[in-house]
Amino acid sequence: MNRSETTRSFTMATWLGWQVESNWTDPFLFAVYVIIKPLASAAILVVMYSIITGGAYNSPLFPYIYLGNAFYTYVGAVMAGVSWAVIDDREHYKTLKYMYIAPINIPFYWLGRGVSRFLIGTVAVIVILTAGVLFLNVPLDLTQVNWGLFFVSLVIGVTMLAMMGLILASITLMVAHHFFLIGEAVAGALYLFSGAIFPLEVLPAWLRPVGYAMPITYWLELMRRSLIGDVAQAFPTLAQYSNLQLLGILLGLTVVFAIVSVFTFRWCDHRARELGLIDRVSNY
Amino acid sequence: MTHFAIETKDLSRIYKIRGNKKEKQIRKELVALENVTLTVERGELFGLLGPNGAGKTTLIKILTTLLAPTSGWARVAGYDVIQHPNLVRPRINMVSGGESSGYGLLTVRENLWMFSQFYGMPSKEANQRIVELLKMVGLEDRIHTKSSDLSTGLRQKMNIVRGFLTDPEVLFLDEPTLGLDVGAARDVRKLIRSWLEADKSRTLLLTTHYMVEAEELCDRVAIINKGRVLACDTPANLKRNLQRDAIFEIETSPLNGLTPQLLQNQPEVRKAALTDIEGGARLELILQEEAALASVINILTQKNVKVRRLTKREPTLEDVFMDLVGQKMEDVEKEEAPHAG
Repeated sequence: MNRSETTRSFTMATWLGWQVESNWTDPFLFAVYVIIKPLASAAILVVMYSIITGGAYNSPLFPYIYLGNAFYTYVGAVMAGVSWAVIDDREHYKTLKYMYIAPINIPFYWLGRGVSRFLIGTVAVIVILTAGVLFLNVPLDLTQVNWGLFFVSLVIGVTMLAMMGLILASITLMVAHHFFLIGEAVAGALYLFSGAIFPLEVLPAWLRPVGYAMPITYWLELMRRSLIGDVAQAFPTLAQYSNLQLLGILLGLTVVFAIVSVFTFRWCDHRARELGLIDRVSNY
Repeated sequence: MTHFAIETKDLSRIYKIRGNKKEKQIRKELVALENVTLTVERGELFGLLGPNGAGKTTLIKILTTLLAPTSGWARVAGYDVIQHPNLVRPRINMVSGGESSGYGLLTVRENLWMFSQFYGMPSKEANQRIVELLKMVGLEDRIHTKSSDLSTGLRQKMNIVRGFLTDPEVLFLDEPTLGLDVGAARDVRKLIRSWLEADKSRTLLLTTHYMVEAEELCDRVAIINKGRVLACDTPANLKRNLQRDAIFEIETSPLNGLTPQLLQNQPEVRKAALTDIEGGARLELILQEEAALASVINILTQKNVKVRRLTKREPTLEDVFMDLVGQKMEDVEKEEAPHAG
């Protein structure tokens, strides 16, 4: 079977990424890690919410925060998953140069390396949502879910996150090892500006445009709307937009980020070859 | 299609190096390669011989599309490495010695199989070839061992197999036996020879600073120092130029302040190098004629230096290097070491 360069880059990188992410311990411990970690991070948020609001779980703010936080898991997982591959291969495994001289498509290789974290992120999202429904009265009724909107939004959203990850991966190629948290750092910073845990109106007026420019803001709103419908529209941030309009904005911004990611990769790749950064080991 | 596997013309590479915090604004330039013009024929085993920091690895990085040259051009397998890197890559492979790259969580077989898949090899064929090559380097009993459990030397063997696995048109081996024990290095040299013998169109570029390795393996050798190619010919021809000279090795008592420069000031002493050994020194001399030995012995006697052993020998590539550079390779490396990194 002679697969195309792009297909084999993506599929083999996916295989490699899964081996790297899942093989570090025995399957039982790995399963515990995949379940406990997201529950613990969600629990922190729930406890904070409970203290601040006095346990107002029936307020529409709670599912807003809870779902926003749950789906934000994908942001860190996909963006950091893609960009982390650069540092992992270059600094840890010292294989980046061998990948670079192989006849593969490097952007698709990086995207493939991010798939395992996307899958682990998916498990985390399911665990968080299940816990929310079972123990915290999150008003999620599977019969009322707009599954079409959910899956379309999920696919476009994950594509958008992958493009953002590709931009970060390209930038990571240019910087030293001490930027190893670049993916998670950017994901952490965007947490505040994308309406994940509070509506954009809470932000100072001069900071709101950052949130409106981020496709993550529209994606999280679409995920909430697809799962809990009207409850998600209780906040004014994006209430004036219909689902279709939000989808259009998300799709448009995804295309913009995809174009930016291609140019960023080309420029960083060219500069990295000029500066001799592809096999640089920082020894930090 | 050109009959050259590798061609370079006036290839130069200059690194811009930023100073430390105090000297941040001061940018220094390091010339890693200077106007390198080389041709390597298809089917040739070509050696790049030079000390650490000579520019060998920089040249390999350019030829394997990892690094852009500052000026000049290079073609590999007939394709320009800057204009058509995507046509070069399916035709090459590379292994760097002295490093333990690879995915530690994967077994030896998985590591190798994965790379074969990136090159588009059919899986069954790849698995057969992995077993064959591992047998050739004596690593077949470790095929299911996680590579993190291998010693550095065995991991290097695995990487060498990775280079041969894809059967490239042009294979680059950068110091492949660096850090390997004698037996492992012998296995690798055997593998290199048999791989080239199996298909006369295969080309291999080997960098090394082991003279014996270059002499034993290479059809032609380029001697490189400070980014410049000083000579390029077959090992026999390179040595032939020195066969008119007399080469002596003298072991002496401590030299009492005698320097190689003092000996080199003698008219018939072309080159002199000194190595400290236990309880004395070893002098290596390239003399224009044997008669010059008398004046050397005379100087040693005047300095109260006793001659313990005196050997006349045939020229080696080490002598060729000393003749070209004026120093032994290890002395060049010692000089460069404080500036490295």
